[in-house]
Amino acid sequence: MTALTPSPTATTLVDGPGWTAVCPLGALAPERGAAALVTGSDGEELQVALFRLLDGTVCAVQQLDPYSGANVMSRGIVGTRGGTPTVASPVYKQVFELHTGRCLDAAGKEPRAGLAGDLASYPVVVSGGVVHVGIG
Amino acid sequence: MNETQGTPPSTRPDPRHVVVVGGGMVAQRFVEALRARDDAGAWRVTVFAEEPRKPYDRVGLTRYFEVRDAEELTLGDPALWDDPLVDLHRDCAVASIDRAAQTVTDRLGRVHAYDELVLATGSSAAMPPIDGNDLPGVFVYRTIDDVAALRGWVESKREAGRVETRGGVVERPVRGAVVGGGLLGLEAAGALKALGAQATVIQFGTHLMDVQIDLGGGHALKRLINDKGISVRTDTATKAIRPHRRTGHVGRMDFADGGRLDVDVVVMATGVRPRDELARAAGLEVGERGGAVVDLTCRTADAHVWAIGEVACIEGRCLGLVAPGNTMAEVVADRLLGGEATFPGADTATKLKLSGVDVASFGDAHGRTEKSVEIVWADPLRGVYSKLVMADDARTLLGGVFVGDAGPYASLRPMLGAELPGDPSAFLLPEGAVGAPTLELPDDANVCSCNNVSAGTIRGAVTEHDCTDVAGVKACTRAGTTCGACLPLVTKLTKTELAKAGVEVSNALCEHFELSRAQLFDAVRVADLHTFSEIIARFGRVPDGASDAGRGCDICKPTVASILASLGNGHILAGEQATLQDTNDHMLANMQKDGTYSVVPRMPGGEVTPEGLIVVGQVAKDFGLYTKITGGQRIDMFGARVEQLPEIWRRLVDAGFESGHAYGKSLRTVKSCVGSTWCRYGVQDSVGMAVELELRYRGLRSPHKLKLGVSGCARECAEARGKDVGVIATDQGWNVYVGGNGGQTPKHAQLLAENLSSAELLRTVDRFLMLYIRTADRLQRTAPWVEEYEGGLEAIRQVVIEDSLGIGADLDAAMAQHVEGYEDEWKAVLDDPEKLARFGSFVNAPTTPDPALAYVPERGQKRPATADEVASGTADPDLVSALTSPVLVAGPTLEVRA
Ligand SMILES: Cc1cc2nc3c(=O)[nH]c(=O)nc-3n(C[C@H](O)[C@H](O)[C@H](O)COP(=O)(O)OP(=O)(O)OC[C@H]3O[C@@H](n4cnc5c(N)ncnc54)[C@H](O)[C@@H]3O)c2cc1C
Ligand code: SF4
Ligand code: FES
Repeated sequence: MTALTPSPTATTLVDGPGWTAVCPLGALAPERGAAALVTGSDGEELQVALFRLLDGTVCAVQQLDPYSGANVMSRGIVGTRGGTPTVASPVYKQVFELHTGRCLDAAGKEPRAGLAGDLASYPVVVSGGVVHVGIG
Repeated sequence: MNETQGTPPSTRPDPRHVVVVGGGMVAQRFVEALRARDDAGAWRVTVFAEEPRKPYDRVGLTRYFEVRDAEELTLGDPALWDDPLVDLHRDCAVASIDRAAQTVTDRLGRVHAYDELVLATGSSAAMPPIDGNDLPGVFVYRTIDDVAALRGWVESKREAGRVETRGGVVERPVRGAVVGGGLLGLEAAGALKALGAQATVIQFGTHLMDVQIDLGGGHALKRLINDKGISVRTDTATKAIRPHRRTGHVGRMDFADGGRLDVDVVVMATGVRPRDELARAAGLEVGERGGAVVDLTCRTADAHVWAIGEVACIEGRCLGLVAPGNTMAEVVADRLLGGEATFPGADTATKLKLSGVDVASFGDAHGRTEKSVEIVWADPLRGVYSKLVMADDARTLLGGVFVGDAGPYASLRPMLGAELPGDPSAFLLPEGAVGAPTLELPDDANVCSCNNVSAGTIRGAVTEHDCTDVAGVKACTRAGTTCGACLPLVTKLTKTELAKAGVEVSNALCEHFELSRAQLFDAVRVADLHTFSEIIARFGRVPDGASDAGRGCDICKPTVASILASLGNGHILAGEQATLQDTNDHMLANMQKDGTYSVVPRMPGGEVTPEGLIVVGQVAKDFGLYTKITGGQRIDMFGARVEQLPEIWRRLVDAGFESGHAYGKSLRTVKSCVGSTWCRYGVQDSVGMAVELELRYRGLRSPHKLKLGVSGCARECAEARGKDVGVIATDQGWNVYVGGNGGQTPKHAQLLAENLSSAELLRTVDRFLMLYIRTADRLQRTAPWVEEYEGGLEAIRQVVIEDSLGIGADLDAAMAQHVEGYEDEWKAVLDDPEKLARFGSFVNAPTTPDPALAYVPERGQKRPATADEVASGTADPDLVSALTSPVLVAGPTLEVRA
C-alpha cells in the first residue's frame, strides 16, 4: 500500500466508509511527523503516525514502535535511504520505509515479543486540503 | 575427512550425529562453531543438558543478583536452538554411555545412538569434607539455581531478623561467610554484600587469590577488599559448621585455631571437581586429579569420544576458565569437519569481576620460571600493587600481577612471551608519569582471550579477508564479541592495518555525505551555508543514476543541526532546522523508554535557592512527575507527556529557571564542590567559578555531551578529573585538566595547564572547547578526541596555550559569538505560537494523553508499568510493596501519594 497523491476521483473515494479525515494538510510540517488518533472499523482506537514529505505527499504508518513498545514513530527523523523516504525510530534507531512500513535496518535488535518487525502502513489521500487516512 | 564435501545437495547423505553431554558454556560454543562452519549440513547435533535451561553465561552468574532474570544471562544468538540440525534436551541428564554400541542412555531410560560423542559436563563445586557442610544455609555457587536459592535464603533471613521496636524497625544484619578466598570466593563475598549481608572471607592459604597473585599483591588486595566492607581471615582452616540451637540452620563456624564466627549463611567456594563420573563409568582414563584425559585434539583414547571444557584433562590438568574451554570446542568442531586443529595451550590470564576491585594476573605471576626477574611497583597509599615477571634478559615478558589498577593489563597481556620495547618499569608507573611506550604486538600475541584471537588473525582479517572496519573484523574473527575488554586493542590493530594496506579509512558520515563531521564543519563554515538543503545540495553524495543526494537521515541530520548550532544559526527549532533535530532536541526534553520525556531545569554549579527547590517540587507534584537527583547536581523530572511540556516550562520559566540542555549534545553541567566560601580547606571560590563557566557555555552545541567540574582544592570533592574539563583550585589560581569522562570507559582528565588566573582559565577552556567542536568526529567525546588528535595532548596544548596554529583569535571570536548569542531555548519556544504548536499529542486531539501509557507506584513515586504488568492489568505486588493494594496499573495520570 503506498500513499496516494490527490487525484480527481479522490473526493468521491474519501467520502465513503473506510476513510477518516484527520487534519488539514497545513497542520503537518514538511519532513516531520505527527501522531493522530483514528477509530478503526472494529471501533478500536488506533494511533497513526503521519509524515508530510517535501513534495506534499503524506504517508501513514503505525505510531507504535515495535522495537521499544512506545507510541513514538511520529517523533522520528525523516530522511531517505537510497532515495526512498524513511523514518528512524527515536528510541533505538531502526529505519523504516515510509511508504510500506518495511524495516530496512533493525539496528541489531529484535522487535518486542508479539510485535511484527515491520510497521503497518495505511493509504492516505489529501482531498480538498484535508488529509484522509484509509482507516475507519 | 568430511565425507559430504563436494556432494551436490540433492544426493547429500543423511547427516551424521554428534551427541553432546552437558549444556554449559563450552557446549554452547561447540554447537555454535559447528553450525557456523558446517555449511554442507554434514552433522546434526543433540545436546543433553542436566540443567532445566538453555546454556547461559556462567561467568556472568553474579549479575543474576542485579538483573534477577535468567534470560539476561542468555549466551549468543538464541536462534541457534531453533536450527533444524540442532536438538536441545533440557533437564535431561545422560545416565550412562555404551561405547561399544555407540549409544547414550538419558535419565528417562531412552537410548540415543551417536556417531561421535562430546563430553562437556563441566565441573561441580567442591564441597570440603567439613562437619556440618550439609546444614540448611550452606550453599555452593555454580548454577543459576544455586544463586537463586542463596538469594532466597538471605532474603528470608533478613526478614526473620527484622524486629519492630518502639523506636521503629530494627534489622539484625544477616551474617555471611565465604569459605575460599579465590576468584570465586571474592565474587561470592561481593554478592553477599550486594544482597545486604555482612561477608567474611575465610582463606586457608596465606593470602587472597593465592593461585593467581603473589603475597605482595595479596596484601594490597586485602586492603581493597576490606575497603569494600568485607572482612578477611587468612591462614584459617574451618574445622566444623555448627547448627543453630533453635532453628537447626547454620549457626556458627569453628576454626582450627580455636576462633569462631556466628553465621546465618555460608558459601563454599573452595574449588571445583570435574564431572567425570560418566567417563569413569565408561572405562575412559581419568587424570590424577580427575577429568577425562584427552590428547591435544581433545580426543579420548576412544576415537569417537571427545571431551571439552572443564571436564577435559588436557596436558595433564583440568582448566577452570572459559577461554581454554572455548578453544577446545573450536578444535573439536574443526576436527569433525575434517580439519587439523590442535589445542594451542591454555591462556590462564584472569581478571576479578568485583566492582571497584581491580585485580588481574597473567602468565607466570609467581615468578616460578628459573632466573626470572621481578619488577614491582607498589603505592600503598593508592592501594596499587603491580608486578611484571621478566626473563633473565630483563626484556621478555613472562607474566604480571595487577592489583588496584589493572589498566596496563589489557595491553601487556598480549605481549606474554614477547620482548617489551624499552624499560619494563615504564609500563607500571602511574598514568601520566611518563608516557608508556607504544607496543607493536607480535602476530602470535593473544589479543582476545575470550575467543582466543591473536593479533595476527586480526591483521589477517584485514589483509586476507578484506574486512574494512571493526565490525567486519569482529564478525570475521569473533574478537571482542564476548566480554569486550579487548575492543580498544582490536580497534587499534584494525585501523593500523587498514592504514598500512593503503585502504582508505572511510570517515564518511553516512550514505549522504562522504565527508567526516570535522570536514563538514569546516566546509559549512567556509562556504558560509545556513540550511540543510543548501548543505546537502552542495556537499551531499549523489549516488550513481540518482539526480540528487536525497534528504539525509538520522545520522547526518542531527550532525548538521549540531554544526549549524555551533556556528550560531539562531534557535534550533527555527525553520528547516526543526526537521533536523532528533526527538530530544525537537521536544527540548529527554525521551524515556515509554515515549514520555524528562525535564531538567538548569541549576548552574549545582546551586539552587530554597524558593527554586519549592517551585521544582510543586511542578513535579502538580504534573505527577517522578523526581530524581542527577549525577550532575540538579533535578530530573520524569514522565512528562509531550502536551504537558509547554505548561511545565511556563511554570519553570516564570520562576526564573531556564533549559538545562540535558537533551542536547551540548554542555550539561558544571559540577562543583562548595569551595572556599564555606569549606575550611577551600582555596578558591569553586562554586562561583562553576557558575561562571556554566553560564558561559550553556547551550553550546558540540559533537557529544560536555561535562565540567570545579573543585575548591586538591581534595577534589567535585570529581572534576572525571569530566571533559576539570578545574581544580590551587593557592595560586586554577589547574585545568581535560579529556576525562565516566561512563563505560572511565578516564581521568589530564593536566593541560597550571596556576591560571580566572581570565586565563576562561580563555584556555574557550579555545579547548572550540577546537574540540571543530575537529572531533560525530559522537566522539573529548577523551578519545584528545587521544586521536594528531600529536595528542601536547599538540592541543600548543594550539590552545601557545597558539601554534595562529587560530587562537578565531577560536576566541567564535566563543564570544556563542556567549553573546545565547538565549534560553525554552523561553523562546514559549514566546512563539508556531513553535509551541508542535507540542500537541495528536494532530486531531492535541491535548489527549497517549492512552497506552501506564504506570505503577514504586517507593512513593510512579514508574512505567512493564509489559507484563500492562498485560495482566495488575502490578506485581512484590514490586510495589505495601503502597496501595490491590495495585492496579494506572493510566497516564497516576498520582502517587506517600
Ligand atoms: C560465579 C562464577 C564466575 C566465574 N567467572 C569466570 C571468569 O571470570 N572467567 C572465566 O574464564 N571463567 C569463570 N568461571 C568459570 C566458567 O564459568 C567455566 O570455566 C565454564 O562455564 C566451563 O564451561 P563448561 O561448559 O566446561 O562447564 P559448565 O558451564 O559447568 O557446563 C557443564 C554443564 O553440563 C551439565 N552436566 C553435567 N553432567 C551432565 C550429564 N551427565 N548430562 C547432562 N548434563 C550434564 C551441568 O549441569 C552443566 O550445566 C566462573 C564460574 C563461576 C561459577
Ligand atoms: S575540594 Fe577542597 S574545597 Fe572543595 S569541598 Fe573538598 S575539601 Fe573543600
Ligand atoms: S577478551 Fe573478552 S571479548 Fe575479547
